[in-house]
Amino acid sequence: MKSKILTIKNKILTGFCFAIFSASLVSCGGGGSAGGSDSTASASSDDITIIGAGSSFDNPLFSKQFSEYNKANGLKVNYQSIGSGAGIAQLTARTVDFGASDAPMNGKQDSAVSGPVVHIPITAGAVAIAYNLPDVKDTLQFTPDVLANIFLGKITKWNDPRIAAINKGVKLPATGIVIAHRSDGSGTTNIFTTYLARVSEDWNKTVGKGSSVAWPVGLGGKGSEGVGGLVKQTPGAIGYIELAYAVQNNMPYARIQNKAGNFISPSIPAVSAAANIRIPADTKVSLTNTDAADGYPISGFSWVLIYKEQKYGDRSSDRATRLVRLIQWMIHDGQQYSSALTYAPLSPAAVSAGDAVLKTVTYDGKPILQ
Amino acid sequence: MENGMVTRSDIPLRVITSSPEAILKAKKRLRLSFRQIRRENIFNKTLMIMGLVMIILVVGILLTLIVQSMPSIKALGLKYIWGRTWNPVEDIYGAWPFLLGTLLTSFLALTISIPFSIAVAIFLGEYHATGWIPNFLKNAVELIAAVPSVIYGFWGLAVLVPMVRTFEGHVGVSPMGVGIFSSSLILAIMIIPYAASLGRSMISMVPSHLKEAAYGLGATRWEVIRSVVLPYTKSGLFAGILLSLGRALGETMAVTMVIGNSSAIPKSIFAPGNTMASVIANEFTEADKPVYLSALIELGLVLFLVTVVINMIGKRVIDRFTND
Repeated sequence: MKSKILTIKNKILTGFCFAIFSASLVSCGGGGSAGGSDSTASASSDDITIIGAGSSFDNPLFSKQFSEYNKANGLKVNYQSIGSGAGIAQLTARTVDFGASDAPMNGKQDSAVSGPVVHIPITAGAVAIAYNLPDVKDTLQFTPDVLANIFLGKITKWNDPRIAAINKGVKLPATGIVIAHRSDGSGTTNIFTTYLARVSEDWNKTVGKGSSVAWPVGLGGKGSEGVGGLVKQTPGAIGYIELAYAVQNNMPYARIQNKAGNFISPSIPAVSAAANIRIPADTKVSLTNTDAADGYPISGFSWVLIYKEQKYGDRSSDRATRLVRLIQWMIHDGQQYSSALTYAPLSPAAVSAGDAVLKTVTYDGKPILQ
Repeated sequence: MENGMVTRSDIPLRVITSSPEAILKAKKRLRLSFRQIRRENIFNKTLMIMGLVMIILVVGILLTLIVQSMPSIKALGLKYIWGRTWNPVEDIYGAWPFLLGTLLTSFLALTISIPFSIAVAIFLGEYHATGWIPNFLKNAVELIAAVPSVIYGFWGLAVLVPMVRTFEGHVGVSPMGVGIFSSSLILAIMIIPYAASLGRSMISMVPSHLKEAAYGLGATRWEVIRSVVLPYTKSGLFAGILLSLGRALGETMAVTMVIGNSSAIPKSIFAPGNTMASVIANEFTEADKPVYLSALIELGLVLFLVTVVINMIGKRVIDRFTND
């Protein structure tokens, strides 16, 4: 008898070892889909949690909006700030209910998704050109041409006549220009390079636009804090940075000449003004080099992305309705939280374009919003 | 013995012919020893499984890297390794600047750290093995290894980079502060403990009769270290240095923060550069095209292979040292 018990013990022990082993293998292999199972599994009753992922730029605003929405409507939203590209990848893999991105989906991303995805503008932000010139007290001004030439490495000294010509009366030092850019792929880079590609043929040909580009010159810093740190530490540095970060850290930033010829300082009203233009039906528009006379030219939308047809996998109609209602609230009532967090509230044109897009979202072919 | 049952045939004939009590006793003893054997077997199997898991993991990682980098290998071929341009916009990927950056920072860091780590090892292993100061030093060195690398990154950015910038201003190169040199300095500090602690334990294991014989011949302390301790421990010291190098090759966070992240080929050691690990860390989250993502994974594969090659060369060298 005793030996029989022992054999059983023996088998249990070996089995246990195998269990640990296989569990570790499963958790290794299944890492990618782990997020997906809980988004689809909990698709019933009241304890729905909407899951979103994407842009880190949107994260502070979303945190505030989702917490307020939860207080009012009891809906939980779990937002993972993993970067725009990763957010789109998660939406493509259908592991999240919505994605958020600072750049509209490109052709390759569009062809990877299994159904049409709609873009809803959710907020707008600006990219400020921050610099570090300790002896210069006046705010510098840049024309698009000068800005492009600085970042192309063609203007290398602060007292270059081209900079001096547009900054009359400012005593510019003879120090070299140190360029700071983002080293990680980011929506900020996308907005800035899209702008430069629009205003400078030279930039468009040699560098192009994207969330990571091959920079002709300069130092890379990881994240806004990386670029901010480089600019703050290095005398003579210039870098592009999210407006909110530059404001919070009291960094001087330049006025940029817009298409209408006015020198505009980045601010919330100037970004909202930039977004008050004719917006196409798919809302995939870049606000850079805006036509608006008082608009800041280096601004851009951030979008929430959802599938146009919400019936996929085992999603319930309840879940789809809640998601669409949430987004509707975000572009209307949710906008009141923008200004305090240095985001630009959506312009009336953007809100109505977003509403029109939301009306096209369907569940099993029927529109969700009546 | 089958199914773990004790059968009559397992009991020696000598016992069977004696009294029934003796038979019972013998059965009991046998069961006990069977239990011990079984335990032995279980332990043996567990060890084997754990070992196998390790092998499966390494092979699995290698296979994953190869499979995932197939799109990039197909699109770019061998040009990937020697290509000098890394341009995600045009879908052109060349790993050469990053390969160079990784090797440059790692070997520079190693060169800077070796004098320190060997000195610490000799001090702790030979000169002052006991007492509170050596103990304190030993703990301090081990603590260097325990500090998270992001802390080194912040420290580097806040303290080291401004110092390097001032230094660069004095030597007359463009004072940027960040770059290959700064990241090598940070790396050097981070990798000191690996060579130092292995070296210390090797040096303290040198048989005392060898040293005593040398002293007996009238050798000074320096002569004993040079002609007895160091030759005796060279393979161990080298193994420690190899361990440091491995750490330096893969270090990501601290390097990313101070290297300047430029994809151009560094023109001097003060120029900004980039390493393979930091490119992956920087660009992975926003890699929005399949080939781009695959090129980043291939970068991981190259890093994996570089580490393997360097380790293999190191093993060769250690073997040669030990055979002498």
